[in-house]
Amino acid sequence: MFSNVLIYFVVIPLIMLLGLALSRNMKQIRTVAVVGSSALIALSVWLLVDYLQLRAAGETAEMLYVGSWAWFKPLNINLAVGVDGISIAMLLLSSIIVFAGSFASWKIEPLPRQFFLWLILLSVGVFGFFISIDLFTMFMFYEVALIPMYLLIGVWGSGNKEYSAMKLTLMLMGGSAFLMLGIIGIYYHSAPEGGQLTMNLLEISRNASIDKGWQYFLFPMTFVGFGVLGAMFPFHTWSPDGHASAPTAVSMLHAGVLMKLGGYGCFRVAIYLMPEAANDLAWIFLILTGISVVYGAFSACVQTDLKYINAYSSVSHCGLVLFAILMLNTTAMTGAIMQMLSHGLMTALFFALIGMIYGRTHTRDIRQMGGLMKIMPFLAVCYVIAGMASLGLPGLSGFVAEMTIFVGSFQHTDMFHRVFTIVACCSIVITAVYILRVVGKLLFGPVQDEHHRTLTDATWWERLSTITLIICVAAIGCFPNFFSDLIKFTFNTSFAQLLGMN
Amino acid sequence: MDYSQFLAMKQEIGLLVVFLLVFLYDTFMPRRSQGGLSVFTIILFAVFTVWGFMPCMGSCADSAFAGMYVTSPVMMAIKGILNVGVLIVLIQANKWANSEIQIMRRGEFYELLLVTLFGMYLMISARHFLLFVIGLEAASLPLAAMVAFDKNHYESHEAAVKYILTAVFSSAIFMMGLSFVYGLTGSLYFSTIASVVALEETSAMLIVALAFVVAGVGFKLSLVPFHLWTADVYQGAPTSVTSYLSVISKGAAAFAFLVILTQVFGAVYSDIWEWMLYALVILTITVGNLFALRQTNMKRFLAFSSISQAGYIMLGVVACNAMGMASLMYYILVYVFSNLAAFGVIQAIENKTGKVGMADYNGLHKTNPWLSFTMMLAMFSLAGIPPFAGFFSKFFIFTGAIAQGSIAIYVLVLIALINTIVSLFYYLLVVKAMYINPEQPVVGAFRSACSERIGMWICVAGIIGLGIVSCFYDHLLELSGTFGLF
Repeated sequence: MFSNVLIYFVVIPLIMLLGLALSRNMKQIRTVAVVGSSALIALSVWLLVDYLQLRAAGETAEMLYVGSWAWFKPLNINLAVGVDGISIAMLLLSSIIVFAGSFASWKIEPLPRQFFLWLILLSVGVFGFFISIDLFTMFMFYEVALIPMYLLIGVWGSGNKEYSAMKLTLMLMGGSAFLMLGIIGIYYHSAPEGGQLTMNLLEISRNASIDKGWQYFLFPMTFVGFGVLGAMFPFHTWSPDGHASAPTAVSMLHAGVLMKLGGYGCFRVAIYLMPEAANDLAWIFLILTGISVVYGAFSACVQTDLKYINAYSSVSHCGLVLFAILMLNTTAMTGAIMQMLSHGLMTALFFALIGMIYGRTHTRDIRQMGGLMKIMPFLAVCYVIAGMASLGLPGLSGFVAEMTIFVGSFQHTDMFHRVFTIVACCSIVITAVYILRVVGKLLFGPVQDEHHRTLTDATWWERLSTITLIICVAAIGCFPNFFSDLIKFTFNTSFAQLLGMN
Repeated sequence: MDYSQFLAMKQEIGLLVVFLLVFLYDTFMPRRSQGGLSVFTIILFAVFTVWGFMPCMGSCADSAFAGMYVTSPVMMAIKGILNVGVLIVLIQANKWANSEIQIMRRGEFYELLLVTLFGMYLMISARHFLLFVIGLEAASLPLAAMVAFDKNHYESHEAAVKYILTAVFSSAIFMMGLSFVYGLTGSLYFSTIASVVALEETSAMLIVALAFVVAGVGFKLSLVPFHLWTADVYQGAPTSVTSYLSVISKGAAAFAFLVILTQVFGAVYSDIWEWMLYALVILTITVGNLFALRQTNMKRFLAFSSISQAGYIMLGVVACNAMGMASLMYYILVYVFSNLAAFGVIQAIENKTGKVGMADYNGLHKTNPWLSFTMMLAMFSLAGIPPFAGFFSKFFIFTGAIAQGSIAIYVLVLIALINTIVSLFYYLLVVKAMYINPEQPVVGAFRSACSERIGMWICVAGIIGLGIVSCFYDHLLELSGTFGLF
């Protein structure tokens, strides 16, 4: 079991949990967090390099590093792991954000030890989810990632935190209720009559034994289940409240990584296992996600709280991820994965910066702030970079992702897809409106509050956190080919055949 | 008479020996060495529990008294699960039983408890309704005395009166149903009734009889609409008795219910009781949840939560297959640990401060971090959150039910699943009180008694271990596949 490299993505956070439980002071806590998250980054970078080498050497299996260990034997439930390019990209993203999040919560108060314990427990769930290829373990890790949010927001949050924490937890768990039914349903149709039932994604897809009638029932279950976490309209309402109340590192992880669980799950479970229903029913969800994209962007325009602006912007961008996945062609799906990476890094950067600004000014209301460019130039410049990435400036990550998505979407020649693509394109313009509005108001313009003049710029740990994220955002923007090569294998082979894609 | 048939009753006889030893110790030991009674009972029962899990020596008979009593490894397993639960209850009750008020009467507490357990054994193993009724009565009536154990509390008396009246009334209904069954089939043997029921046309009489039987057992399980006694009794009874009532008594009744419905009325599953159970499950889960939402007393709160949990347990009966049976037993096992952990914390705080309101738990994590941690695990497990055992038991009971395959069962499970979200809300309310509410702690820091801590540690180990370690469920599934009723 421990000879498989993937298992260490769960083992390292578990060791970190143990280390945190034994820590006595802030210094030890920070050491554990930093060493552990650096180890995770190192592991995922090594995995990336090794994966590319294996592929270059002509490895054609759908998933690599596959391992499977019996868990509940009579039911054929296994702890099965395996990754392809997409999961590796997600693992890399998660480890970077855990790393940046640890630095962003350098001075968390109160109860730092418990805070990190829950944060790392959350990352156990996230990493476990991305390495699993068994529906049961996948679902289990998914829920493990959700529940720490309640305490993280409830105890360390700000504002209307009790309400937000409860709303977020209940809505996400409501999604997972549908998901559980979907998974059990898939399990019972996973093999032809008389065959061994299985929870293994690859085997289910190979058996292709879910008949069309059941697909029509199970596809919406799983898609809505994951879609709730992907902030699909009308199930997105947890997102603004939750993000606004959460402490910095939690907003980063939640918007940066957890919302990707939704997109990844829709793609890996709903569409991968039930391609026929996906083809037929995609239009329903296209409408819903299209609404998310535009509605999220418009809502962001009228908000005055920095975190709310970003939360609605996340709704819009994550809606775009689901929107692109539902286009069911290679280009748009590649764009969707790029958008997941891009949005993950960019939003994490945004939330980190907002947390840092809030920590100094003690307000997140843009009407009460102004001229921060003069007061804290480093943070302000970073904010502008994040904003540019968000509105799709070439050279940063947002541009390549959105470009790919819209090119892919436009390949559909029918009226319905065209109209919705054009509508979704409009969101770019609206994004520019709210980003520039914030940048203009917050960073330039007159200083609103004389007390703000005494504030200091970023500390070293804050700089480290933000620079890490900016480098990654720029890397995707400058070398998009590297990332599209990483993920294209999945689309070029089995997946394409499955969907009958071009 | 062939005395070797008594060998089949290994566990019943063992329990009887434990009972007699406790009784003799209580009666004849001089007053000054009475201090050891609790420890004596706990150790004796622990030995008995371990012994109960050991395989039978040589070839044991599997039935006695001309087939009125049967035993099989599955029944041994469910009895073993109940034993573990009773052991935890005994450990947790230690402090209360040795308190100043109860110390003179704790002998009776132990004896009554063992007698009711004996009754539950008979309910599980009976294959003749006469024996079953004896078991049912032995399991119900002494409980009323236990509920009234807090002699100085008015609520305790009121609870006991409510309990005994409903118990007797429901027994009457049950036996009314039995008389109909006897009139229809001319026998009280499960097997004979089953064969007659399978042959004959479904008559209105049978439907009425079945409804009466379901109502009678439904009372023990506190299924809605037979649940009205539950909240008051749970609140009024001493907490040790409440935990016994909510876990052990419910577990035994659930298994007995499964046996009766599948063994006796299995032939009319889709004709009559499938739909009856659907309605009962939906009602029980939903009503239990909705009432639990607004409770402010922890014991009342857990009463309604246990009503809705009973609804989930019933899904194992609805499944009507080997996996449903295994999942039902596993659910009971997990429920024993989760619910007793919650009751353990409530009891520890009640013994120390006398407080049982949910508001008294505000800020508990500042003064008693371990108690609040245990409580949180219990709540997460009851709500079915991984990686705790409750998640696995819920997942398996749903999976077992869905094996049926009809669309109706998918809808039923979906309703149950949506209800888990409602239940998550109120379980989180407790977590919120302990960890999030800003009020100053009501309960001061204290160190709970040794016995209470041991009880809670066992429960915490169970909550964490029972799910992740797969062998428990695998074993139950294997047993019910090989020796089950299907």
